[in-house]
Amino acid sequence: MNETTKPGRSPRPSRFRLKSIFNALGLIVLAVIAIGWAIPMIWAMAVSAHPPDEPLSATNLWFGSRPTLENYATAFQIAPFAQYYLNTIIIVGGILVVQLITISLAGYAFARFEFRGQNVLFFLILLQLMVPASALIVPNYSTIRQLRLFDTLVAVMLPFFGSAFGTFLMRQTFKIIPRDLDDAAKMDGANWLQTLWHVYLPPARPAMTAFALSSISFHWNDFLWPLVVTNSTHSRPLTVGLAVFTQLGEIGAQWPLVTAGTVIVVGPLLLLFLIFQRQFIESFLHSGLK
Amino acid sequence: MTLPPRAHVTRNERRFRFGAAALPYLLISPTLLFVTVFTLWPSVRVLYDSLFLQNQAVQVPRFAGIENYTALFQDPAFREVIASTVIYVLATVPVSVLLALILALLLNRKFRALGFYRLAFFYPTVLPMVSAATIWLFMYTPGYGLVNVFLEFFHLPSQNWLGSTNLALIALIILGIWKQTGYFMIFYLAGLQGLPHDVFEAAQLDGASAIQTTRYLTLPLLMGTTLFVTTIAVVNAFETVDQIYIMTGGGPNNATAMLLFSLWQTLFSFLDVGTASALSVILIVVLLIFTATNFVYTERRATYE
Repeated sequence: MNETTKPGRSPRPSRFRLKSIFNALGLIVLAVIAIGWAIPMIWAMAVSAHPPDEPLSATNLWFGSRPTLENYATAFQIAPFAQYYLNTIIIVGGILVVQLITISLAGYAFARFEFRGQNVLFFLILLQLMVPASALIVPNYSTIRQLRLFDTLVAVMLPFFGSAFGTFLMRQTFKIIPRDLDDAAKMDGANWLQTLWHVYLPPARPAMTAFALSSISFHWNDFLWPLVVTNSTHSRPLTVGLAVFTQLGEIGAQWPLVTAGTVIVVGPLLLLFLIFQRQFIESFLHSGLK
Repeated sequence: MTLPPRAHVTRNERRFRFGAAALPYLLISPTLLFVTVFTLWPSVRVLYDSLFLQNQAVQVPRFAGIENYTALFQDPAFREVIASTVIYVLATVPVSVLLALILALLLNRKFRALGFYRLAFFYPTVLPMVSAATIWLFMYTPGYGLVNVFLEFFHLPSQNWLGSTNLALIALIILGIWKQTGYFMIFYLAGLQGLPHDVFEAAQLDGASAIQTTRYLTLPLLMGTTLFVTTIAVVNAFETVDQIYIMTGGGPNNATAMLLFSLWQTLFSFLDVGTASALSVILIVVLLIFTATNFVYTERRATYE
């Protein structure tokens, strides 16, 4: 969206015409790909309104003869999507709240204290970035079993309460804050918690927001870990709930019902994305690491 | 930390000093605790467990050395797992990264529909993989799935995508590309916005063509973005599992059982803790080698530039 978009533009008319042909071609290619990209979701939404008694066929592929909300009602009856939503919100919110506390404390320690073993401890925490949680489901599953937490919401949250990425991010953010501010607060008699709260956290808010959005989107979408440690509706998040729903014997290949379930799961997400598109994209950019 | 001569330290002061010295450890202790219990300790434990036979036949773990590993590498099914994982990585990573770059180059200008395009390409990123896979399960349905309707429209034979050993992996690859290209695209768009104007103005004055500018300026300057995006793509590809669970269950004939899915299956379907642990170690080592190589490469680039 600036001058870099026009390098190579030549004032000579022949090249200018060639360039506008290329431009037009580029736009057509873009449009075709974009439509291809959008179609799966649009189709799923259309079919979710397809009357259940009307079979889908190559000639009756979209809304059917009379669009209906029946599939949504049936989906809500068969599967406790409201409960799944609640579970997901508790899981995602719980992880985030604990993470924000642990990463602020640890980030503060690594940014502003000198202590023995500092580097080794920091390195040990950063190892979490190297070893993906998904590769550790075997031992972590047995830990959860030993802690007698299987099939609880806490089991889904627990492994993520400490975050190497968050700790690193907060440390970097806190390091930029002038030490004078810290000293001034101490002179005024503030203890470490007051200093952290009044001096360090306010300017770190953008970093925390970016971290929050990436944490939320990761845990909202997480599937394998909750699949492994949950086994009933009171602890299952939306992702696992949807998988269970689509694999129910009674549903079979009733696609209008399956797509309705899918839209129930993704609808609110897409709506939020439409409203906060810019913030979403920026937070993804600022925290490429999960 | 030097303490003043002992005689001058009152009891209160001493307590304060002890508190001050302990404070940073207290502050990091929650993070350290969770990282230790759920990352460090399990990493050691999984390595240890991988040296024991423990499955339905051998209920009490029995030390077996590297037997779990040798058994895996002699198992043709495991070779298939490696093959499908490698094919998946080699197909999704370059295609989605290249497509993301092309889309970003095409989108990097002022025009009205920009918002629509960005939305169209980026929205799959926001969806949980499970929902995306459910939608694509539907897309690949024989008979009236849109993929086949599309093929028939061009008078191409329709296919049983997920039921064919050859096509099932390709079907997963297509979904993988669809899901993540928009995500990589926004990194390239951001990279393009951050390019230095003056260099491009100089090139323009020297009469460089658009293709020359792209080839000799834009692409090299975007190298950092490419490296970053490729790292994410490779790690994600190795951790592919959700869509396999939803769409193929590893089949048909084990054709789509990639590494992480195979790990899950070994533990929860075959109840073989020893082999599952060995698979975990293999997955961790592969990802470590990759991240380490990438790290070294980035460091070297940073030093020479």
